[in-house]
Amino acid sequence: MPGHFEPLRGGGAAVALDDVEISIIRSLAVQLLELIGPGPGEDAPDDPLAELFAEGPSEPPSDPVLRRLFPDAYTDPEQAPDSPQDAEEKLAHSAEFRRFTENDLRAGKRENALAVVRTLDSLTPGGDGGAILKLTAEESRQWLGSLNDLRLAIGSRLDITDEDDTDDLYRLPDEDPRKPMVMAYLWLGGLQETLVTTLMR
Amino acid sequence: MGAVTSPAPLEIERTESAEEVFAVPEPDVPWVTIVHNDPVNLMSYVTYVFQTYFGYSKDKATKLMMDVHHKGRAVVSSGSREEMERDVQAMHGYGLWATLQQDRK
Repeated sequence: MPGHFEPLRGGGAAVALDDVEISIIRSLAVQLLELIGPGPGEDAPDDPLAELFAEGPSEPPSDPVLRRLFPDAYTDPEQAPDSPQDAEEKLAHSAEFRRFTENDLRAGKRENALAVVRTLDSLTPGGDGGAILKLTAEESRQWLGSLNDLRLAIGSRLDITDEDDTDDLYRLPDEDPRKPMVMAYLWLGGLQETLVTTLMR
Repeated sequence: MGAVTSPAPLEIERTESAEEVFAVPEPDVPWVTIVHNDPVNLMSYVTYVFQTYFGYSKDKATKLMMDVHHKGRAVVSSGSREEMERDVQAMHGYGLWATLQQDRK
């Protein structure tokens, strides 16, 4: 059961977490929230319409993690543009897409990460500091999305760009400075894998 | 007068065949959503997303996931540009790497 989600009768899932695991997931989720940033309306809390009408950015984010979470919609990574004109057109389309979608996408990822923090904070740890986390079906979906975002973020920081990179990470010596991050990455993968299984029809 | 009327049907026929020729390259060529391979996303998760968002059967979702995994990419949906923008946005929401483009056959 440790590190493995199991389905609950009537929907939802449960996992046993110890105090260290709880604090690692919480800390990673908070870091993700800081990276995603506040919504556009939070700068003008008196104006309820500010968020609704705020346009998102048109430039890709400079941080590689955010660039992976919010990729260009019109730029095929494998197909070179037909011509300079074609490239320019695709950039313009990507910029427009970003302007109208990125705020919503950020809000969705923020809500998922907040659900992770909230459900962890509502745990009542036992004498050893561990607890059984029980999620509703909706919370399971939010956790699933956030675990994926966290793994994308760590994968991007670890520079995992193909399958061979993952194989190399399994063989890292203990003294490698990336080792703790790799352990977290692989452990989160196990959590996500067992959580998705509870949601599969 | 007979000489004037006789070529008329011929002309009509020619017009019809010309219309058929022009009917082929319609301007509304469908757009497609393409999901690209990513070593981080779990195979089970990608299959789950295809089933959940598109409502595909487990078999179809698994086949598309395997295409992404082995070929590096798969067309997961097609339709109007607006529909494909919606699908790409949804894929980004799930953390899959997706792009849209006009389908060139």
